[in-house]
Amino acid sequence: MGDEDFPVQARALNYWFGRGEARKQALYDIDLRIARGSLTVLVGPSGSGKTTLLTLLGCLREVQQGLVILLGHELHGATPALATALRRRLGFIFQAHNLHESLTAAQNVMMGVQVLGRVDKARAQAAAAHVLGLLGLSERLDYLPANLSGGQKQRVAIARALVGNPELVLADEPTAALDRDSGANVVELLKRLGQARGTTTIMVTHDNRILDRADRILTLEDGRIVGDEARGG
Amino acid sequence: MSRLLQALFGRLPIGWLQLTHSRTRFAAALAGVAFANVLVFVQLGIMQSMATATLTPYGFFRADVMISAPDANAMAEGGNVARQWMLQAMAHPEVTSGMGLFLANVNWQRAGEGLSLTTFGIDPAQPEFLAPELAAKTAPLQMRMAGLLDRLARGLPRDEAAGIRPQAPLSFETSGQTLTLYDSFAGGGGFGGDGYMLVSDQTFLSLFPGRSSAAPDHILLRLRPGADPERVAAELRGLVSDKTLRIRSYAAAAQEDLSYQQTQRPTGVIFGFGVLIGVLVGIVIVYQVLSTDVADHMREYATFKAMGYGHRFFLGIVFEEALILGLLGFVPGALVGGGLLTLMGRITTLPLAVTPGMVLSVLAGTLVFSILSGAIATRRLAGADPADLF
Ligand SMILES: Nc1ncnc2c1ncn2[C@@H]1O[C@H](COP(=O)(O)OP(=O)(O)O)[C@@H](O)[C@H]1O
Ligand SMILES: [Mg+2]
Repeated sequence: MGDEDFPVQARALNYWFGRGEARKQALYDIDLRIARGSLTVLVGPSGSGKTTLLTLLGCLREVQQGLVILLGHELHGATPALATALRRRLGFIFQAHNLHESLTAAQNVMMGVQVLGRVDKARAQAAAAHVLGLLGLSERLDYLPANLSGGQKQRVAIARALVGNPELVLADEPTAALDRDSGANVVELLKRLGQARGTTTIMVTHDNRILDRADRILTLEDGRIVGDEARGG
Repeated sequence: MSRLLQALFGRLPIGWLQLTHSRTRFAAALAGVAFANVLVFVQLGIMQSMATATLTPYGFFRADVMISAPDANAMAEGGNVARQWMLQAMAHPEVTSGMGLFLANVNWQRAGEGLSLTTFGIDPAQPEFLAPELAAKTAPLQMRMAGLLDRLARGLPRDEAAGIRPQAPLSFETSGQTLTLYDSFAGGGGFGGDGYMLVSDQTFLSLFPGRSSAAPDHILLRLRPGADPERVAAELRGLVSDKTLRIRSYAAAAQEDLSYQQTQRPTGVIFGFGVLIGVLVGIVIVYQVLSTDVADHMREYATFKAMGYGHRFFLGIVFEEALILGLLGFVPGALVGGGLLTLMGRITTLPLAVTPGMVLSVLAGTLVFSILSGAIATRRLAGADPADLF
């Protein structure tokens, strides 16, 4: 099986924070291959390295030692231009929504279309409205973030990550701010995208209902993968 | 505006939306830029009028070379020049004629206020040394105690000045003598006097008995057509025995007077500094607004970086904001600055006005300095690290 079947691969991946005396290892010998179209959940106690691993796989942090192959590209020593180009093919969902305060919900989502190149405004608007609709926000297109609830803001952020049809979605506790139904809705949407388009998702979460829907659960402890469980999804 | 920018950039006008998100902050930023523009406009206007006023008297005469005393930094400054040097200079084959130019202030005590007239004494038999407008009016100057008056003089009712004709002369007393004005010309109030007057050298010497016909204030020379005034002036510096004299082409003398007014005289230096301060205030305001704006949106920018936006996109936002601030601040700044100058011009009758050249250069300067401030502010963008977002 080639790279196209495994959008993310890591081998002998080590990562340290700090320098000299203060240098502290956060990840030890990570080896993994994530299958295309799957929903993988990362679990583990706080400080075990889940976020660090996610940022390394998502090309937001420079690889220090070991191998990360993202969408067929080796990340060690990747140029800023390559990193930027790869990020356009990903969708990030952060714990905090990080919406732009002066842009409406639809405009925030349009930012996820526009990054792919000069596009017709009407088409970008239609794409944004469609994804926001899937997340139950059809009535809130022209609202500024200040006028949305916490859960609504988070759903706008999710729409922004998904509108560009990413090949890989990286999410760090995305459902923390969502109520039960919205959380479940988001996971179903991601699963549908996985089946329909082969969108791969890696998500950090402790939400049991999401664990039930995962294809695979990876457990981290003190920077090491200590558990790897395949699920039916 | 938003639509226009959208069409222009082919993307959401983030800079515009971001700047206008907080109305009061945006208004304050624009007011700041406008204020800097007003400062620059007023100071430039004053400098410009100083230049006009300095060069006005040079426009009264037609000469190629001017000989002045060593300390004559400006037309109205410095000692006398002995007429013998004129005779020496005329030995140069390319010098065709010479004329002594006398200069002093005459006070015209009018009901209410006095008028200080910068008065030139010339030889009415040599009208070729005068600008055409003046040359045509020298006939009455052949008479004793006759003068031509600057009809734009400050403190002089315009219709009264315009009514002066050879058929309708106007007389006034000065230091116990009666001077009669037979005609008028367009001069204009300057920084050194309220206006100008032209009399014959004979009349001048009667008005100022202390002065001698052998020592005018400047000597004007005319050259054979086609002669190079710079070269002849250089040759005359070798020819004339008094090596301390300033012998310059007439054009160079005017330019040196101007740069002396602007760089050596306290007024000129102060207004020059005013322009500099205006520019600095503008730079600081735009930088402050833009760098605060970048700092306030660090997380958003980091998110955009994570989404795959490159450095050019962020530079674009900052420059978009810089241009918006510059352009929108310039408009009220130019209007208020122009209004203030017009008002000041009315009060002082100095030639204060906003010229198209000034508008263009201030606009260009505003945009250049806004972009410069924006460029400095973009250094803060490096602080937006997407790895910190999770
Ligand atoms: N920016 C940082 N600088 C230094 N140490 C960090 C930084 N980020 C995380 N760490 C450390 O790395 C380890 C893993 O952190 P993290 O990946 O955030 O864990 P998790 O997401 O599982 O809670 C922790 O010990 C944490 O203290
Ligand atoms: Mg974490």
